[in-house]
Amino acid sequence: MQKSIDKNKLILLLTPILDSDALLHEEEDLRPYECDGLSAYRRLPLLVTLPINIEQVQAIVRLCHEHRIPVIARGAGTGLSGGALPREDAVLISLARLNKILDIDRDQCLATVQPGVRNLAISEAVAAYGLYYAPDPSSQIACSIGGNVAENSGGVHCLKYGLTVHNISQIRMVTIEGDLLTIGSHGLDSPGYDLLALMTGSEGMLGIIVEITVKLLPIPERAQVILAAFDDVERAGHAVGRIIADGIIPAGLEMMDNPAIRAAEDFVHAGYPVDAAAILLCELDGTNEEVSEQIMHVNKLMKDCGAVQIKTASDEAQRQQLWKGRKAAFPAVGRIAPDYYCMDGTIPRKQLPWVLKSIANLSQEYGLAVANVFHAGDGNLHPLILYDANKSGELEKTEEFGGKILELCIEAGGTITGEHGVGMEKINQMCIQFKDDELQQFHAVKYAFDPHNLLNPGKAVPTLHRCAEFGAMHVHKGQLPHPELERF
Amino acid sequence: MSDLSQTLREQVLDAREHQQPVSIQGNNTKGFLGNSGATPILDTSAHSGILHYEPTELVLTARAGTLLSDITQCLDEHQQMLAFEPPGFGDKATLGGTIACNLSGPRRPYAGAARDFVLGCCIINGQGQVLKFGGEVMKNVAGYDVSRLMTGAMGTLGILLDISIKVVPKPPMELTIRKEVDNEQALQVMSRWRQRPMPVSAACHDGNHLYFRLSGSESALKSAQNKMGGDRVDNGEDFWERLREHKHAFFDINKPLWRLSLPANTPLFNLDGKQFIDWGGAQRWLVSSMDADKIRALTYKAGGHASLYRRMDSEVETFHPLPEAMLPIHQRIKQAFDPDNIFNPGRMYKTI
Repeated sequence: MQKSIDKNKLILLLTPILDSDALLHEEEDLRPYECDGLSAYRRLPLLVTLPINIEQVQAIVRLCHEHRIPVIARGAGTGLSGGALPREDAVLISLARLNKILDIDRDQCLATVQPGVRNLAISEAVAAYGLYYAPDPSSQIACSIGGNVAENSGGVHCLKYGLTVHNISQIRMVTIEGDLLTIGSHGLDSPGYDLLALMTGSEGMLGIIVEITVKLLPIPERAQVILAAFDDVERAGHAVGRIIADGIIPAGLEMMDNPAIRAAEDFVHAGYPVDAAAILLCELDGTNEEVSEQIMHVNKLMKDCGAVQIKTASDEAQRQQLWKGRKAAFPAVGRIAPDYYCMDGTIPRKQLPWVLKSIANLSQEYGLAVANVFHAGDGNLHPLILYDANKSGELEKTEEFGGKILELCIEAGGTITGEHGVGMEKINQMCIQFKDDELQQFHAVKYAFDPHNLLNPGKAVPTLHRCAEFGAMHVHKGQLPHPELERF
Repeated sequence: MSDLSQTLREQVLDAREHQQPVSIQGNNTKGFLGNSGATPILDTSAHSGILHYEPTELVLTARAGTLLSDITQCLDEHQQMLAFEPPGFGDKATLGGTIACNLSGPRRPYAGAARDFVLGCCIINGQGQVLKFGGEVMKNVAGYDVSRLMTGAMGTLGILLDISIKVVPKPPMELTIRKEVDNEQALQVMSRWRQRPMPVSAACHDGNHLYFRLSGSESALKSAQNKMGGDRVDNGEDFWERLREHKHAFFDINKPLWRLSLPANTPLFNLDGKQFIDWGGAQRWLVSSMDADKIRALTYKAGGHASLYRRMDSEVETFHPLPEAMLPIHQRIKQAFDPDNIFNPGRMYKTI
């Protein structure tokens, strides 16, 4: 049971730890923190703290641990799964003020940064050395590197350059007891279990990340993008498989369907063919010679696969223009409907036609339009469901539709989240993706780090009781899930 | 080519019931890694077979006992490969042992380690439960990354049953160049090319010569060779394979063999014996009779860790001792997966 103390007492205890403007407790000050990038879910935190150094983070966590008060870490608040959603009984630790780049080690291609540093700021800071940080989530202007580690963020370039877990070398984290651990190293491995991998994507459930050393890559000599339009989605999907079968790993390989193409073209005039059923954007990078050869190769492949139009960016400005449509796809869709809900499943690529068809059927069934944006190279699908939150019941209907899409992804042999995390949003679908024993194993891992369940409680891994409740509404293939649990 | 998961599960349940620890073993090509276990062997080698391979999805799933050589052959047919270039240390090396030890070859600094390519796995935990984590897709953040936690855990957290790995296309061409320089210079040159977008896929220094392997299209390699200089080595492929498998003459000495993992640009520090620099500076092989504690202290001071690959004295632990602050969390993770301490107790560390 929790040893709770009241809010005023907690404020008194936190005051000496923090600067005067770093402890928020009035409702009007707490309001901006009530949600992250998933604004459909809102809750006020008990308090917000804004530490400026690791010692303050340790002191806050120690105090909360002693009084058994939950803590929730928050980066830039751009997460799309409600991972940083506050709780009324929890202290929110914003890491936004830990925003310094501490060291750039050019020789080793490493940069050590605080968690509040923005993703893009790292690449900007090292560009002068001809280096960059590869993972590029579409929120990269705003999202923080600490949040990227917590969510194992991806981006457009994952297929070739990997996710966050492949691009970090070391982290320092504060445990729930307030101790500071260094995990990983500036070499290529470290002794013991791979805690660096375990921490990456752990959604703030195992510790609070307070420093990150990221790997940097040399900026490729050349990058070139090809746009290919298809009058059939399946053909576009087939072209993706052909490119990979021919031994080419593009730096980025993106697909958009017709509604997404139209929305993007209306918004930024990228030069997309608005009649196409699907377009592929294929970016090739590497040495000058290699890119030239691969462009010819991919051009031919696209033609062979039935592309009705192929466009190769002739210069950097045109390349940026072609990407602009893709990068602006979410806000572009935002312009054609009052609200949109972004999903994030991953599927084996060959299942794309079946999944898209099933989504189209569901779209009709629910009477809600969908635009699809797809990291085609790695099978990560982002269906955007268009809805109007002001219409009574439409948000609930949208969420149900979204849940069905995630279940389709599982059925196709994929996963409910490719890069956005489970957070609060997909917690019910975790009950479908994992068996009870597997969920229990996750809880055991959590217990190893946080025996009192104080770090971001209630997120990412559902309790078996929650699954039983969800399952009661959700009888799968005629079988009642969790028959071992009592039901009333 | 058979599914032994039920048999293995029964063996685990039996071991648990009798509180009898077991040593998980495939074909025992990695017996030299870790402390030896005196307990009965739990043999996983017959649990083998490639379950699923989809070249255009870049994924292969195989049972743990599948021979690495079978996997390589299967990938060869589709011009694909394991990017982490694992050493086998014997013809009968299995996928399970490779993943349990997280072993990677010369391509590691440029392509990634074994752990970077593990997409999912099916395991038996210490309670005899068959559990599946991750999957067969590249991007998957549902649940904690247990698959990568298993990688390199030396079988102390569970029995690997099936493993899904990301595979990659083979480069169209590879060539090896070399240049005579001393080791200090070699580290500088490795560092210089690390910062440039060059098609380097391996870099080492054998004490006399600096070697680079370049991978890519013919024209790209030609242009890179012009920039980098050096002489072309005829039997390049053979050279890297001998290095990877420790068949290079350097390893042919009857003295303790150490693996030092260091930040790549660490200057050479004072150690007795011979050194071979691999992984662009980040992995250094040391043949030395120097005192183990001394080697470890110096390596640790330089930001690295030292493991003993070939030992003369069985009292010395293979792996670098964990920092004091890290031991409790390791013990609690062990407890979370294997509460009765059935799997490979003491293999990784005497205290785990």
